Amino acid sequence: MLHISDLVVRYGSAVALDGVSLDVGRGEMVALVGPNGAGKSTLINTISGLLKPASGSVAVEGTVAQVPEGRQMFPDMSVEDNLLLGGWSIRNRQLDEVFDLLPDLAGMRRRKAGRLSGGQQQMVAIGRALMARPDLLAIDELSLGLAPIVVDELAEHLRYLNSERGTAVLLVEQEVTLAFDLCARACVLEAGRVVVTGPSAELAESDAVHKAYFGDLAELAEVEALR
Amino acid sequence: MSEFVTYLVTGIALGSSFALIGSGFVVVHRVTRVVNFAQGSLAVLGAMLSASLLAGRLPHVVGEAVTVLVCGVVGVLVGVIAIGRRGTPPLISLIVTLGVSMLFSAAIIWLWGQDPVSPPGLDGFATVFGAEVERQRLLVLVVTLVAFAALSLFFSRTYVGKALTASASNPYAARLVGIDVRRMGLVAFGLSGILGGLAGVLLAPSNALSFYSDLPMALGGFAAAVFGGLVSPLRTLVGGLGLGVAGQLTAGYLNGSYQTEVALLLMLVIMIARSRSFAHEEAK
Repeated sequence: MLHISDLVVRYGSAVALDGVSLDVGRGEMVALVGPNGAGKSTLINTISGLLKPASGSVAVEGTVAQVPEGRQMFPDMSVEDNLLLGGWSIRNRQLDEVFDLLPDLAGMRRRKAGRLSGGQQQMVAIGRALMARPDLLAIDELSLGLAPIVVDELAEHLRYLNSERGTAVLLVEQEVTLAFDLCARACVLEAGRVVVTGPSAELAESDAVHKAYFGDLAELAEVEALR
Repeated sequence: MSEFVTYLVTGIALGSSFALIGSGFVVVHRVTRVVNFAQGSLAVLGAMLSASLLAGRLPHVVGEAVTVLVCGVVGVLVGVIAIGRRGTPPLISLIVTLGVSMLFSAAIIWLWGQDPVSPPGLDGFATVFGAEVERQRLLVLVVTLVAFAALSLFFSRTYVGKALTASASNPYAARLVGIDVRRMGLVAFGLSGILGGLAGVLLAPSNALSFYSDLPMALGGFAAAVFGGLVSPLRTLVGGLGLGVAGQLTAGYLNGSYQTEVALLLMLVIMIARSRSFAHEEAK
């Protein structure tokens, strides 16, 4: 349902994405991992239509909604208003559907979004994106700044959403273990290029990926052990 | 006592106009970060246009309503010129609105001449705490309060009002959910045109306005908006009323020619006193 072909995005003279191609099937969960500055957020913002590509194409069958990095609440507005604005582009806005999927939101609907905890705000951000009834949910850094227990809960919601609604998910995530655990397929981006793509289980065993994402930690543990 | 009440009511009526113009500044600044200095000209345009329409035998209420709507459309056009080009910095847009204001003055002289104009308003006097007060001035206060209540309901209850608030609060997130922030800016300019036109329509029957009234109107409105931190319509109402009353008391007990200076002095004091909270609001 998402077909990206030979995508190039530039910020002035700097090339942020350099010939990226990626497909996401209907109901599929795909992880997009890579180091800082790899172009993950640029890719997700281009899919959402916030950035215009210099060349290449992004074709989407259906609608895309984004859960942005840093949650990006309307802080002085209520949770309910934040959610309702998520459905700005559709006519029939149904809060109840989102409350069915994320029941905790119903209890905080009158609270100001800016006064919620990070985890609660992330849930509002997901709920706000769901208000647009997306076929593809593009999530930029699900776990950023959140406690592991909160991340586990959010991940469970995403699994439920994917299985019940068939909503496809493209997850940008620094926490590689979480990304590989949640998504069956993964794509590794580095310096604006796709370096490897495939089933998450295989990539988790791959030496290259292991070295890039787990190597430093392993070495650090060895150094710690020697002390 | 009756003299004081007269000055008070006159000041409240004048201050109501400042509040309406000031809330136009606030609505535009909240969404676009632009200070729209054509706001005073829109009030003058409202006065001139309503005078012409009423003289052309359009009935009251209809004449005023058409005037306010036309001012709203003109407000949108000001917005198109000021923020129409994507990526125009707010400072450039501010200068554009100053230029537009000068063009307005030239157009008003061309169309209506240089003489002050005062369209017919509500006739007669009412007795308030023993003082004879023009009924038109009481009408100004009532309509202003209704306009602010409507504005508050618009922002808190309507979907477009919420989208305007969202665009002001977090433009990036607003774009993410599909809100066209630039279009919301134009809606804000349209609203400011309506508020400016309403101020002119209401004030002109008791205070004749001419092409050069735009600056004092804009200054008074801007001072009221500064009192509201350029974000709060309610505090702008309080600031406008305070400014109008202070100006009329100055005119009544000291000298009428000091009114603009009083507005400027009050604005200066408010800006110094509130500089910390401005910095805080800017940081937010």
